[in-house]
Amino acid sequence: MRHRRLSGVIVLILVLMSSLLAGCAREQDDGRTLTYWASNQGNSPQQDRRILNEEFEKFTARTGIEVNVEVIGWGDLLNKILGSAVSGVGPDVVNLGNTWAASLQATGAFVPFTEERMRQLGGRERFLETSMSSTGMPGRPPSSVPLYGLSYGVFYNKAMFREAGIEQPPSNWSEFVDVARRLTRPSQEQWGMTLAGASYTENAHFAFMLGNQEGAQLFDSDGRATFASPPMVTGVQRYVELMSEYEVVNPDDAEIGSATEAVGNFANGEAGMLVAQNSAIAAIRAAGMADSQWGVFPLPVPEPMPEGGEAVRSHVAGTNIAVYRNSDNKEAAVELVEFLTSAEEQSILNEKYGSLPVVTDAYDNPAFDTKALRTFSSVLAESSKRVPMIPNENRFETTVGAAVRDLFARAGTDRSVSRSDIADALDEAQQKMRSGGGSTR
Amino acid sequence: MTVTSTPRAAPTSGAEPNGSRRRRPRLSKRSVPYLLLAPALFFELLVHIVPMLGGLWMSFLRLNQFFLREWMSAPFTGLANYRFALDFDGAAGVELLQSFGVTAAFSVITVGVSWVLGLAAALFLQRSFPGRTLLRGLFLVPYALPIYTSVMIWKFMLDRSDGMVNATLSDLGLGGERFWLLGNNAFLSLTITAVWRLWPFAFLALMAGLQSIPTDIYDAAAVDGAGLWQQIRTITVPMLSPVSQVLILVLFLWTFNDFNVPYLLFDQAVPSSANLISIHIYQNSFLTWNFGLGSAMSTLLLLFLLVITAGYLMLTSRRSRNA
Repeated sequence: MRHRRLSGVIVLILVLMSSLLAGCAREQDDGRTLTYWASNQGNSPQQDRRILNEEFEKFTARTGIEVNVEVIGWGDLLNKILGSAVSGVGPDVVNLGNTWAASLQATGAFVPFTEERMRQLGGRERFLETSMSSTGMPGRPPSSVPLYGLSYGVFYNKAMFREAGIEQPPSNWSEFVDVARRLTRPSQEQWGMTLAGASYTENAHFAFMLGNQEGAQLFDSDGRATFASPPMVTGVQRYVELMSEYEVVNPDDAEIGSATEAVGNFANGEAGMLVAQNSAIAAIRAAGMADSQWGVFPLPVPEPMPEGGEAVRSHVAGTNIAVYRNSDNKEAAVELVEFLTSAEEQSILNEKYGSLPVVTDAYDNPAFDTKALRTFSSVLAESSKRVPMIPNENRFETTVGAAVRDLFARAGTDRSVSRSDIADALDEAQQKMRSGGGSTR
Repeated sequence: MTVTSTPRAAPTSGAEPNGSRRRRPRLSKRSVPYLLLAPALFFELLVHIVPMLGGLWMSFLRLNQFFLREWMSAPFTGLANYRFALDFDGAAGVELLQSFGVTAAFSVITVGVSWVLGLAAALFLQRSFPGRTLLRGLFLVPYALPIYTSVMIWKFMLDRSDGMVNATLSDLGLGGERFWLLGNNAFLSLTITAVWRLWPFAFLALMAGLQSIPTDIYDAAAVDGAGLWQQIRTITVPMLSPVSQVLILVLFLWTFNDFNVPYLLFDQAVPSSANLISIHIYQNSFLTWNFGLGSAMSTLLLLFLLVITAGYLMLTSRRSRNA
C-alpha cells in the first residue's frame, strides 16, 4: 500500500512535469513543409492568409512542398524575428521591412543570397535597382531580396482641391505649403494635411527624405552619426513647422501613433493631403473613398535646390524576404522565394496588395498602369534613395524618430518650436546614437 | 489516481508492529512533502531563477545584434555595461537617472494615494448600510478588469480630440484642449491610471485588516471621549500597521516595476515625463538591440529593489518588535 502511494505520487509528479514540458518540444519537421512568416500587407491578417494560401496551392501542386503561413503584424515582426534569431527556433522563410536589412544581416540569422542563389531567382538584373539596393550592407551578398515595393507620394482630395480653387498639384515645397494653407479651415475641422506625429518610423522617414533634400548626410565617412548638421535641422524644421509655424496640421496629429490612423483622417475628409506609401491605397479604399475622389503627386522638393541637396521624394520602401539559417530545408525555402519573386506571382500579389512589383518583368499587368501607381513606381525607380545600409540603421530610426515625435508634442501643446529647439533635439539624438553603449563595432 | 484512491492509508499504517516496515513509512512520509514541492521548486527554478541568472550573465557581455544568434559566445566585457549605464556625464546615464527619478516619484505617489483611498473606502464601508455590498463590489471592478481593457479605456478617455476627459473639462468651462498623453501631463495621466487600477487592492487588504480590530476598543475609546478622527489616528491606523506594512511593500514593488500601464497607455511613444524604468530598460534592449546594456540596467533595478525591500523589512520588523 505504502509503496503504491509513494510511487503513485512520483508517477503523478512525473506525468505533470512531462506534460508541461511537452509543450516546449519542437514540432517535428518532415522536410516538405515550410513555415512562412508573412508581414501584414493587406487590410487584415485574414485577408493576407486567404490571398497567400490561394497562391501557395499552386506552389504545392508544382513542387509538392507545403507552406504553413503565419501572418504577423508589423508591430511584432521585428521582435519576433529577433526572438527566433536568438533561440534558433523559427520559420524557414520570413518577411522583413527592407530598412532593417543591414541590421538583421548583422545578426547572421539569414542565409546570404550568393551569386548562385541569385541566378536561381533569375539574376540580380531582374530586380529594380533601387529595391535591390536595400537588401543588406554594400559589398556583401544580400541577406534578403525585395518582395513588395513601396514608395511615398502625396495623396490629395480632389473635391477639396476644386473647392479651394487649386487646379495644379504643387510642384515645389513652397507651393505645397501654400496649397496646404489654402486647404486649412480649422473652423470646419478641415486641415491642409495629416501626419502620424507620434510614429517614430514615419518621423524617421520624413527626417531622412527632407534632410536629404537639404543635402544632409546622416553619417560621415567614418560612419559617425551627423544628425545635428544644419541641413538636417532645416529638413526636420520643414516637417515640424507644418504644425508649429504654418498651422496646416491638426495639433491632434501629434498623438497619432500609426500611419493607418492618418489614412483614416484623410479618407474621412478631415485633411486635404496625406504623404503616405502606396500601401495606403488599400486602406483608403477600405475606408470608403472611391478611386475617383483622390489623386497622387510626387513629394515636392525645394526650388531652387539647396546646395548638395538631392531630389529625394521617398526612401526605398518595401518588404523583403529572407531565408533563415536555421531552416532545415533551405533548398525548399529558396524555391519558395523563387516562386514569390517570379513575374507571375509578383504581378498577382502586388496587384492584390496595392504594392509595386520589385521585378521589371512583372509590370506588363495593366493593373499597374493606373495614374497613381505610375507615379509611385516612377518615384520608386527614379527618385528614391535607400536609407543607410549599416547595422545601426534601426538606431537612427529610434533616436531621430523619437526626437521628432517630441518636437511634434511640443508643437501640438504650445505651438512654438524654434530652430534651436530642433537643433538641440537632434543633437541629443546624435549623442545617443554615438554613445551606443558598446553596440557600435 | 492511485494517490487519491488511498488517502487514508497513511495514518493507520504507522501503527504496524513490524520494525523494518516502520522505517519506510517514516521515510516516505518525510519525502512526500518534498516530492510534492519538487515540481513547484523545479518550475520556480526554471521560470524565475535560471532566467534571472541568465540575465545577470548577459549584463557582463557585449550582447548586441552581432552576437544575438550565438549569444553564448558574445565577448565578455566585465563591468563596461554598468559603467556606461552609470556614467552620469553621458546622455545614457542622465536618461537613466531621470527615468529613475520619474519612477520613484510615480511609485511614491501611486502607493500613497492608493493607500489613503483604500483606507478611506474601507472605513466608509465598515458600517452597515443599504447598498454596502453593491458599493463593495463596485469598488473592486477596476481590479477585476483585465489590465489591457482598463488601460485602453483610459487611453480613449484621455485622447485630446475626442476623449471624455477633455469633453467634460470643456463642458465645465475649464478648458479642454489639453494633451494628456504628451508632454508633462503624461505623468499625471499615468499616475491616475495606475492609482485607479491599484487602489481596490489596497481597499481589499485594509478591509480585511479592519475585521481583526475588536469593536470593544472603539467602544472604550468612545466612552473616553475620543472623536472619530482620534479613533482613526490612534486605534485604526496603528492596529492596521502589520497589514499596511506588507501592503505598502507589495504595492511599491508592483508600481516600481510597472511596465503594462505605461506601455499600453503610450504605445511606443512614451514621453520622457512618463518614462518608467522598466520601459526605459525595454527600449534600451529591444529598440536598440543592446541586450547587454538592458540586462545591466535590469540588474541595477533588481539590486535597488532588493536593498529597498531588505531595508524596509528590517525597519518594520524592528519597529514591530519594539512595539
